[in-house]
Amino acid sequence: MKTTSSLSRILIFVSALLMVSAYFTPLWQISLWAPQYPEGLNMKIWIDRLSGDVDIINGVNHYIGMKHIGQEMFPELQYLVYVFGAIIAFGVLAAILAKRWALYTYLLLLLILGLGVLVDMYLWGYDYGHNLDPSAAIKVPGMAYQPPLIGYKELLNFLAYSGPDTGGWILGASVLLAGLASFREFRAK
Amino acid sequence: MKTKLWLVAGAAVAMTLTYGCKPKGAQTAISGDAASKVYVAPGQHDEFYNIISGGFNGQMSVVGLPSGRVLKILPVFSVHPENGWGFTEETKPMLNTSHGFVPWDDLHHIAISTTNAEHDARWAFGNANNTPRIARVDLTTFKTVEILELPNSGGNHSSPFITENTEYVVAGTRFSVPTGSDQNRDVPIDTYKDNFRGTISFISVDKDHGDMNLAFQLEAPPFNFDLARAGKKKSHGWFFFSTYNTEMAHTLLEVNASQKDKDFIMAVNWKKAEEYIAQGKGKKVPAKYAHNKWDENSHTGTSTMMNEVLSLDPRELKDIVYFIPCPKSPHGCDTDPSGEYIIGSGKLAAVIPVFSFTKMLAAIEKQDFEGSVDGMPVLKYESVLHGEVEKPGLGPLHTEFDGKGNAYTSMFVSSEVVKWNIETLQVLDRVPTYYSVGHLMIPGGPTGKPHGKYMVAYNKITKDRYLPTGPELAHSAQLYDISGDKMQLLLDFPTIGEPHYAEAFPATLVKDKQVKFFPLETNSHPAVLKGINDARVERNGNQVHVYMTTIRSNFRPDNIEGVKLGDEVYFHVTNLEQDWDVPHGFAIKGANTAELLVMPGETQTLKWVPDRVGVFPFYCTDFCSALHQEMQGYLRVSPAGSNVPLKYSTGSVE
Repeated sequence: MKTTSSLSRILIFVSALLMVSAYFTPLWQISLWAPQYPEGLNMKIWIDRLSGDVDIINGVNHYIGMKHIGQEMFPELQYLVYVFGAIIAFGVLAAILAKRWALYTYLLLLLILGLGVLVDMYLWGYDYGHNLDPSAAIKVPGMAYQPPLIGYKELLNFLAYSGPDTGGWILGASVLLAGLASFREFRAK
Repeated sequence: MKTKLWLVAGAAVAMTLTYGCKPKGAQTAISGDAASKVYVAPGQHDEFYNIISGGFNGQMSVVGLPSGRVLKILPVFSVHPENGWGFTEETKPMLNTSHGFVPWDDLHHIAISTTNAEHDARWAFGNANNTPRIARVDLTTFKTVEILELPNSGGNHSSPFITENTEYVVAGTRFSVPTGSDQNRDVPIDTYKDNFRGTISFISVDKDHGDMNLAFQLEAPPFNFDLARAGKKKSHGWFFFSTYNTEMAHTLLEVNASQKDKDFIMAVNWKKAEEYIAQGKGKKVPAKYAHNKWDENSHTGTSTMMNEVLSLDPRELKDIVYFIPCPKSPHGCDTDPSGEYIIGSGKLAAVIPVFSFTKMLAAIEKQDFEGSVDGMPVLKYESVLHGEVEKPGLGPLHTEFDGKGNAYTSMFVSSEVVKWNIETLQVLDRVPTYYSVGHLMIPGGPTGKPHGKYMVAYNKITKDRYLPTGPELAHSAQLYDISGDKMQLLLDFPTIGEPHYAEAFPATLVKDKQVKFFPLETNSHPAVLKGINDARVERNGNQVHVYMTTIRSNFRPDNIEGVKLGDEVYFHVTNLEQDWDVPHGFAIKGANTAELLVMPGETQTLKWVPDRVGVFPFYCTDFCSALHQEMQGYLRVSPAGSNVPLKYSTGSVE
């Protein structure tokens, strides 16, 4: 079993440490602007909860029959704290063990988590945007309201944005650090 | 391999940048010469009077265009302590109803009188939404001179709309309600479909004096009647009403009244109704409602309780009512200046349908019906349709016209005004409003002769447009120049109350007809004083009547004694001035009413009940002269049963 260099171990350790920020910062955000909402409506997704203008967004969206966004809509929020905890613990372990397989596994876990979250977000967005209440007051033929996965999208009178929030960007840095460590180890042979 | 890392980093940076490159939404675009277009130099007059409904303040505001300056708040259905409206003995009867004195209402729409489908601007009509009434304002005095209550109505929203020669003012009920005897009205709410009726009132207007009379009521199906417009020119003789809740739901209308793909525009052939009435086909039914009139000579309102109304049942009297299917809960229902096109704005609809009057007549002729409601024919949508405006925007509400073949529709949800061609149905231009426009208005817009120079958007949401004033904000309005191909934003101004509909007409129509003061010689008020020598105080049981004059700068009498606890004091104040802009005010300490603001040549009465012993000051509240601050007096109140004699004086020096 190959051991990792001290610099890589530091990178892994910092990467795992950065992951802890997920408990204190919002990971993802969805924003909406409309002519009558020049200040925008913003919803933040945390590791275990939602915050921001969720109630106002629900108020606006119920006219077109979109579901009520609430904590219960995201069962993920109940176990994500443990998933993150496990990955952080594994990252710290990988730094202590200083084994390459542990580093690669750690990176893989991070990538699976990232990909998993994106797939999950897409599926939720699809359901939220397409699965509309048939008794809605406003029905626009052929219109679906799936929010963008990342970036901007115009939906009727609203401009919607979806993208990482502070915690999301820090997680990105975590992945980059783990990636950098793996890259160094891989090159070192 | 390093390049790959850079690529990853680059992607991250790119994503951050995307955030910065947010596509532009509505933006404030105002070009350089806008200010000069709305600038009315000091001493100059605005080009148009804009009479704006006050919504929940129950008043009308008078605004000049293009400056947006507020000229007057004109009390109609709500008390107005600043000039005593609803507090003086003379004005109290104006707010009387079958429910007693009602101090507040919700005024939504304005109709300016017309002759031959053009503004003559003799009167402005306004509706009381909550306790159904129609008011008439005289535009030579800018004063409410008549208020007529509407029986069998609930939520008088579909009003007031007038025929081209102001033959009728109509008033459709928003809420259908059970009508008739006490027994007929005391019914379970869930028997809505069977027991509720949607009543449409036709109020005739005397063509010389404007006096209103509830001519007849149509018993329509229990839909919600939203707005209306008369036909004009070729369609004169017809009236068009938008309806929603043709689902006939009585609970959670937000959902239950939004289910059908099409509701109706109800076309009413009122000439036909007149024929039936002439043949004696109407039915007189008991109904209690107040009819209040203001007399300009006695400066006094009287309230008369009426007790019956002529009712027409279109289920039995054929050919009065036809239904035109119209997409998704139509709100606005507007007829173009030629009278040929009827535009229904389905507030939940994706298109704006434009109906043709000619096609409607042909469809009726051919009996091109797709069904019926209680025996009243429903015309085929396609047979009456001129065409649909595709992708106009979201939430179309109201349409006005510029007289050049274009229509302007307000879009509540997408917060914009959309200009389109009535013939071709092509969208020509769109401008943002700030924010969520409700009604819009073009001077003369609903008439056969619009003045297509300006357009005003009256908005429902204000947010950040002005300096913030806590949670409650003024409603915003925007003025646009519509004389060119593109609409151009000129001015953004705050309004009074919550404006709904408004109308505007050229100032030249009324500005030289303004009453400047009331001649004393024609003042027939029972308590009028024609000169200072008549000033006096009289006791009648426990009522003390003070006959008082005001002239710069004194009250006569100004020292009054002999009033006792338990007395009711009536101050009958005549303003002896006979010059423009010299009102006098009258206020006395502890009055539970308000003040008087008496116009030159007018007599008004304030009732005052003293609550304690002492000497009470009274004074003039309108800065009338250099010695305004000297215009004051004292009234002494003695204990009940005291033997202080009744005494009054002015200017006697001991």
